[in-house]
Amino acid sequence: MASPASELDAMVEAYSAAGGDKGSLASPGHASLIVSGNKLLGKSEADGVSIDAKGTPDGVDITISVEEGKDVGQVHLCIGMLQKKGRQLIRSHYIVGKNASVDFVSHCIFPNAERMQHLMDLDIRLSSGAKMSYRDEHIHSERGLVVKPRLRASIGENAQLIDEFKLVKGAVGELDLDYEVTQEKGSSCELLTKLYGKKNDRMRVKESLFLNGENASGTAKSRIVLKGSAKAEVLGEIEGNAPYTRGHVDCHEVVEGENAVAEAVPRIRVNNPLARITHEAAIGRINKKELETLMSRGLAEDEAVDFIVNGLLR
Amino acid sequence: MAGILEARGLTYRIGKKDILNGLDLTIKKGEIHVIMGVNGTGKTTLASVVMGLGGYQPASGQLLFDGEDITTLSITERAKLGIMLAWQIPASFEGVAVREYLSLGGSNADVPSLLKMVGLSPQQYAGRFVDDSLSGGERKRIELAAVMAMKPKLVVLDEPDSGIDLASTGTITRLIRKFKENGASVLLITHNENMASVGDIVSLLCGGKIVKQGKARQMARFFEKYCKGCEHVGKVEEEKLNG
Ligand SMILES: Nc1ncnc2c1ncn2[C@@H]1O[C@H](COP(=O)(O)OP(=O)(O)O)[C@@H](O)[C@H]1O
Ligand SMILES: [Mg+2]
Repeated sequence: MASPASELDAMVEAYSAAGGDKGSLASPGHASLIVSGNKLLGKSEADGVSIDAKGTPDGVDITISVEEGKDVGQVHLCIGMLQKKGRQLIRSHYIVGKNASVDFVSHCIFPNAERMQHLMDLDIRLSSGAKMSYRDEHIHSERGLVVKPRLRASIGENAQLIDEFKLVKGAVGELDLDYEVTQEKGSSCELLTKLYGKKNDRMRVKESLFLNGENASGTAKSRIVLKGSAKAEVLGEIEGNAPYTRGHVDCHEVVEGENAVAEAVPRIRVNNPLARITHEAAIGRINKKELETLMSRGLAEDEAVDFIVNGLLR
Repeated sequence: MAGILEARGLTYRIGKKDILNGLDLTIKKGEIHVIMGVNGTGKTTLASVVMGLGGYQPASGQLLFDGEDITTLSITERAKLGIMLAWQIPASFEGVAVREYLSLGGSNADVPSLLKMVGLSPQQYAGRFVDDSLSGGERKRIELAAVMAMKPKLVVLDEPDSGIDLASTGTITRLIRKFKENGASVLLITHNENMASVGDIVSLLCGGKIVKQGKARQMARFFEKYCKGCEHVGKVEEEKLNG
């Protein structure tokens, strides 16, 4: 087994090979956490951020708390496994105090995965007026793995959550994403999932928002590109349960592969006459006008497709 | 002077309706050639046929570019010859920065001066996305800058002033002249008489054909007098043309 120090190097190397900024994992003044398998390879706290993390038989339990009123900037998380086979269960709790503000930049890295399972349970609690963003980028091997991110968030009054899950590097494998957010008065939430499925990748996405407090607003957005025989099912769900709540489901799936299959189901429900929820979905081939515009600038059709896809998944 | 673009007997149909009906037109090298016509006369259709967009193959007739028959060439092939189109309602591109969009023709594009040329501040706009967060007018300016960046030989501008506030039409006319200064020929589509005044020659499209040609001033007067209130879109009234 590799020594922790060389394992750390290998993780950081994989992180940077995948386009991550090495320096950011150890930037002074910013909190960070590095986990490989069930081992804690690095942890640094910062003013206003406390990180409690301990290994379990098959993963790590993490609790990160941000102190009331503190704006702590970015917190970097690098979580992964370098092995070919295995299972990793990450249970994480994010607790953000009143009027505090934090931006998580997370990279989940599985560069060698062949038969691997990565289960991620996220429990997010934002107190009133808190602001949190959580940008999670997955970097996979060419074989992909089984990934199950499950998020439950409760957003307090006037608090704000921005969540982005991005898996466009390497193969997906099998993804089952299940996100559910409940929102109080005046809060806002943006969920965004970006996926690039190829070959036999299978993707299931469920983004649900429950707008329970007056004036709560949210969007459940997804951008998915499917090549080969990849399949994706997206459920975007929003309930407006209080006056003046506003929600929008926005799903865009581009089907490029001969045998690829995309499915989108919006489920919107309003049980208050002053609430308003909308949805839009576009699935199928790339918009003709976008394609022809680029071709009219001299791009060949496949170059134009790549250009549009890159933008969509950026 | 040789024609950079020649349309010979172009006919384009939707169902049983001839949108273009044996249209003949010559754009001379280096000229700004205005096509005027009321809403629904087929101006955008003509632009689409010239660019070779999907579904716009003419039923009959020929298109020549610099003497070469391009009637069956693909969009990309036409673009590579130097034919460019600035769309009346441009498409939006998620996740694509203005900077990148203006560099489609190569990374040596001078993005700041292109943006200034269309009256947009480079600091404010170079990093914005070419998506729905731009207003219609902003998007159209960026489209014009993008086409300018490509250094076209023939540029088709489909109502470049529509959606742009009146106060800024000066910027647009200056830009159109700039195309000409750079050696490009311009096919300028408009239904605005003021815009038409930058043209070296104005052709009037009606009933799927070019029915009258002349100098900008004279044509603008004619358009104002007869076309503006005309409800017979698609029916040419011969006596007016000669009057
Ligand atoms: N897909 C279509 N089906 C039927 N008629 C169409 C279609 N597209 C355009 N047209 C008709 O073709 C005519 C010319 O349209 P267009 O070229 O857009 O006019 P202009 O640009 O001069 O306003 C119009 O009468 C329009 O209604
Ligand atoms: Mg038009």
